[in-house]
Amino acid sequence: MSSHVFTHLDALESESIHIMREVAAECKNPALLFSGGKDSIVMLRLAEKAFRPAKFPFPLVHIDTEHNFPEVIACRDKLAKDLGERLIVRSLEDSIKRGSIVIKDPDLPRNPFQSVTLLETIAEFGFDACMGGARRDEEKARAKERIFSFRDEFGQWDPKNQRPELWDTYNTCVHNGENIRVFPISNWTEMDIWEYIGREKLHIPEIYYAHKRAVIRRGNSVIPVSHLVQPKPAEKVETLSVRFRTVGDMTCTAPVESTAHTVDEIITETATTRITERGATRMDDQTSEASMELRKKEGYF
Amino acid sequence: MSNAIQLLRFITAGSVDDGKSTLIGRLLHDSKSIFEDQLSAIAKTSTRRGMEAVDLSLLTDGLQAEREQGITIDVAYRYFATPKRKFIIGDTPGHEQYTRNMVTAASTANLAVILIDARRGVLTQTRRHTFIASLVRVPHIVLAVNKMDMVGYSEATFDAICAEYRAFAAQLGLHDVTCIPLSALIGDMVVDRGDNLNWYQGSPLLEHLENIVIDYDVNTTDFRYPVQWVCRVHGSDFGSNVTRRSGLVSTETVDEANGFRGYMGRIESGEIQAGDAVTVLPSGRTSRVKEIATYDGNLQQAYAPQSIAITLVDEIDISRGDMLVKADSLPNVAKEFEAMLCWLSESPLDTNRKYIIKHTTRVVKCLFSRIESRMDVNTLARHSTTTLNMNDIAHVAMKVQQPLVFDSYALNRSTGSFIVIDEATNNTVAAGMII
Repeated sequence: MSSHVFTHLDALESESIHIMREVAAECKNPALLFSGGKDSIVMLRLAEKAFRPAKFPFPLVHIDTEHNFPEVIACRDKLAKDLGERLIVRSLEDSIKRGSIVIKDPDLPRNPFQSVTLLETIAEFGFDACMGGARRDEEKARAKERIFSFRDEFGQWDPKNQRPELWDTYNTCVHNGENIRVFPISNWTEMDIWEYIGREKLHIPEIYYAHKRAVIRRGNSVIPVSHLVQPKPAEKVETLSVRFRTVGDMTCTAPVESTAHTVDEIITETATTRITERGATRMDDQTSEASMELRKKEGYF
Repeated sequence: MSNAIQLLRFITAGSVDDGKSTLIGRLLHDSKSIFEDQLSAIAKTSTRRGMEAVDLSLLTDGLQAEREQGITIDVAYRYFATPKRKFIIGDTPGHEQYTRNMVTAASTANLAVILIDARRGVLTQTRRHTFIASLVRVPHIVLAVNKMDMVGYSEATFDAICAEYRAFAAQLGLHDVTCIPLSALIGDMVVDRGDNLNWYQGSPLLEHLENIVIDYDVNTTDFRYPVQWVCRVHGSDFGSNVTRRSGLVSTETVDEANGFRGYMGRIESGEIQAGDAVTVLPSGRTSRVKEIATYDGNLQQAYAPQSIAITLVDEIDISRGDMLVKADSLPNVAKEFEAMLCWLSESPLDTNRKYIIKHTTRVVKCLFSRIESRMDVNTLARHSTTTLNMNDIAHVAMKVQQPLVFDSYALNRSTGSFIVIDEATNNTVAAGMII
């Protein structure tokens, strides 16, 4: 070997590009799920590396809970526009109007319902493959999932009956009406994502960096005050320096206290944190030990 | 070299009671890769089950059924890092019925940790796991002799197990075997040396994983470039918002009249330089590399496993499934070959049926013309048979509808491997390694 240095980020990047090109080549009608969050922004850069100078051979799709942080939606729209790629947005509100989602309280967390709108969108456009930015280090059910994850016509994941996945030779065959979820960054960790954002100088929503925010404390969590979450009578509103490690539904995504204003500072914090990414920030994962597995069985990506 | 951090993929294989999950838990815990919320979740579960200490094995059991039954039923991938390396662990179950999962995890691994209970020594299952590691050609093997605390940290016991194991491994042609005595439960020789195994001169497991040389795990000599995707952009599209942003377009590749035609793919082995002569297989046409293009600009030289785009000086017909190689190291091009096959499906092989093969980026129909023999993975004896069932490993002769461009698996893990797909169910039913 010569003196070239092939780092872990180079290895992960090349693997992800290879996966995206396999999807483009073998799937009839793929899509890339894009939320404006950090993982999906990394996915966009990987897609640029995989397909430029041509346009992406798939549209970007966002399933909007309408509980998203405005900064994230702004970033989503700006990135899609700058890249000149087609962005399809389907909203949970559409499903609610159609009656396929019935919710008791519009202000409650909406992640459980995302699957419904996602499946409706898949049916509407006839997608046979949806690429998502999920990672195996995020959650223990994800750790068991294949890179090419086969779903039946109800979008269900059967964890006990997964296709074996050998070498880098991916089986992309599906019958009509079935589809696959593909996770090109399965093998990346939270740290890899931050290192890559730094290396590639990616623009991400400002709320990932430390900022002053009005929050209330509920149990062990710090919850951002928003039009959806207002303090209850006995609760005290504090202004803290915080950043978000994940950005999801505003009603159930908690920030962490932080003074990290740059990617390097975030990397330092990530290296020393003693709490997992979702553990600190996702209240919906804490309801039971198997919450993610149950949601995935219902079609969640 | 520099302080670049490499990625090492390894698997752990062992029987249910060898303490495999505990070993992984120990590696993660002692390398400070377990987070407080994970620890508190498993501590709660341990207490609920009436255990006195925290059961580290609960960390790797991701599925509800596994936690209920206290077993591991599928490959789980775990990630951790030390200042020296990043690691991906493929945790494979030890049960007989899940052998296919070990083949799966082993297929991408640099190293296999084969776990043994020091009280029980080399078992049938140990032989099976070792045979699979040799079949899939995992480059490096570690025999982790666990539960040394249960045999009084006896050096003689360890030596006897190692001698027996090395003799067996040698029969399979495995020579890169490192034996490490340890106690995952106590923590001896996993991350820290501990005080109980002072007679052992080698490295603890983690130190071994951090330092083993993996640069030569891929074939560095034979250039193999299966074309994944042909990227075409017409001249009139250049200057558009899309193409202007990419590094590719700042290069001289952009020809306003003819546009861009790049053959995209990943170098599976060897290296390539701009200006090199290449042969396109199976057609046999030749040309020269004009540019090695990437989003970040052109490269003078590229290596496995980089994902790149190649442009050629001549306009020749190339599509997905074709392979670019160099004339001085040609692979085989043939419609018939022999392979070792691991049958993965619950429905047995039907030699009257056609199946589909996916080999590199090529998908073709295939027939099984003969099953030469089935191997008993416990005794390594060969038996004749007319069909194959799940977990069977066999030597077969195959025919394909279109020629494949391949090397023997022994020479090249990427171009020597394939999967078999059942057209009726779309399931992956077998893993093949060309002889």
